[in-house]
Amino acid sequence: MAIIELRGIKRHYVVGDIVVKAIRGLDLDVDTGEFVAIMGPSGSGKSTLMNTLGCLDKPTEGSYVLDGLETSKASPDEFADIRNEKIGFVFQGFNLLSRTSAIENVELPLFYDRSGKKLDQKKLAKAALEDVGLGNRLDHKPNQLSGGQQQRVAIARAMVKDPAFILADEPTGNLDSEMTYEVMSLFQELNDRGKTIVMVTHEPDVAAYTKRIITMRDGEIVSDFPVERRRRAAEDLAAWKKAHDYLAEGTKL
Amino acid sequence: MNLGKMLTASMRSILRNKMRSFLTSLGIIIGVCSVIVMVAVGTGSQAQIKKQIASMGTNLLMVMPPRGPREANRLTMSDVEKLRAESSYLAAMTGEVRLSGTNVVGGPNYWSTSVYGIEPDYIKIKDWPVKEGDFFTDKDLQLRSKVAVLGTTVAAKLFPNEDPIGKSIRILTTPFTVVGVLSSKGSTGMGNDQDDVVMVPLDTAINRLTKDRKINSIEMSVVSEDLMTQAQSEVTTIMRESHKLADGADADFDVMNQEEIIATASKTSQTLTTLLAAIAGVSLIVGGIGIMNIMLVSVTERTREIGIRMSVGARRRDILLQFLSESVILSLLGGIIGILLALLIAYVMRTFLGTPTVISLAVIAASAGFAGAVGIFFGFYPARKAANLYPIDALRYE
Repeated sequence: MAIIELRGIKRHYVVGDIVVKAIRGLDLDVDTGEFVAIMGPSGSGKSTLMNTLGCLDKPTEGSYVLDGLETSKASPDEFADIRNEKIGFVFQGFNLLSRTSAIENVELPLFYDRSGKKLDQKKLAKAALEDVGLGNRLDHKPNQLSGGQQQRVAIARAMVKDPAFILADEPTGNLDSEMTYEVMSLFQELNDRGKTIVMVTHEPDVAAYTKRIITMRDGEIVSDFPVERRRRAAEDLAAWKKAHDYLAEGTKL
Repeated sequence: MNLGKMLTASMRSILRNKMRSFLTSLGIIIGVCSVIVMVAVGTGSQAQIKKQIASMGTNLLMVMPPRGPREANRLTMSDVEKLRAESSYLAAMTGEVRLSGTNVVGGPNYWSTSVYGIEPDYIKIKDWPVKEGDFFTDKDLQLRSKVAVLGTTVAAKLFPNEDPIGKSIRILTTPFTVVGVLSSKGSTGMGNDQDDVVMVPLDTAINRLTKDRKINSIEMSVVSEDLMTQAQSEVTTIMRESHKLADGADADFDVMNQEEIIATASKTSQTLTTLLAAIAGVSLIVGGIGIMNIMLVSVTERTREIGIRMSVGARRRDILLQFLSESVILSLLGGIIGILLALLIAYVMRTFLGTPTVISLAVIAASAGFAGAVGIFFGFYPARKAANLYPIDALRYE
């Protein structure tokens, strides 16, 4: 079943007298359980596409059906509700609230819940953090956590409301190799459990962990193919650690 | 999102910048505090004046020169005599001359004080008995005796270790014999010591000290409260006759009853209180502008936070309410601290400085309410600015 259906999406910006066509007519389907990487050089329109998918921006033309819901006619408040209910964001810069504990950061989407359901915020947030392996870091502030841990807090925050899909914008852009493996293996694990993930990246290495790579250029999709030899980040992490340990041993000798 | 959670979040972000929050609230603290203290002091001094005048005696009437800088005093002894002869409602009356800042010498000591020339009825009208010795009599008046009755302050200054009765004092150049000491009356609401006074017979004062027939005022007490109105109009009629005023001509004197005296006396202090409270009120508005300023800075600083909140589903209204509640909490906290501070200052003034202060609940409620209103008014613009940010721009903000 398609969770994301884009039909004839166009996004034009007017800058002075010039009309910038960031996306020029784009169709895209993403099914439940997919793990999609959107790639492309800067200026290719991938950020605009990402904003559209995230209901942060409205297309100039076209229809976007998310989880069976037509979003083209939504008001800003409805957009806010969709972001709250359907989408889990993971950003390059983590975008955690500073001086706010991990658990409180994860609680944030629950804070704006308008479904009227009785939610045990603490319990849900704690479960989400345990899920990303940070059950022992609940009260740590972002500045007390490594980049990888911060990104895992962000992923826990994205997951806490069990959204229709996770939208990740260069999630490993600020991370070193080890942390990149960590975060990507977490994404793969979530995807294995059935979570749909759409990720914008410009690193082919990172895209290799996904199941499908879409390449954009000049506001259009120029290629869209499944990943054939999909890498497992967990294995890469283990291999990296082994090599690292070996090197460390070597220097000791 | 519920209100409690929102207030907690606002509180937390206020506490995150304790120093800044305190400085922001300081304007409100000072504003609220000064409004309450000003009004407390003003109300206190008015209450004191009222009490004072009420203690001046009952059913009091006064004839005084008209107020105004260019009005000459035309009250004379003949007015007193005519009133005494013709009025029918008066229980007691006295003419009064006052010489302030007069040097009085007694033994080796001297003291600058007020000398009142009055008639024996004065202590009846004022309900002010002598403590020792006797007050002078009508006979002393007729004889223009050089006798004096001292207030307790003067007695203590001139004769610190002896009984002043029978001693000789000199007022200006005239020697007087002390015949009595008044009981202590304490100070007025304005801080004047009422016991810092020497009383001599009116006729003696006119002949020996002032040397003209002008007097400063005439004080009377009316037989009963029911007759106040009649008495006042009768006194006015007699005075007009005495001054030979044509019908319709402006009076060159004022006849006032007790309530009018209170009103006149408290008018200045009331005006002053209103003025000071208004100035203090302006400082509240300045405090509000301070809050607005900091909230605007805070919105800019926290643009990213706003973006994050929006990306996880905050509606515009949520952002608006969050910032608005922050500014309202800031100003309300400032208001509460200001109130507590004002209570403390009023207490210290009353207890240690002897300044009468009256704290009114209405003023406290009004200034707390005003502080809250300032928070809403000056917090709204920054909050709206925050709420109207675009999520994408806010998220990208560096």
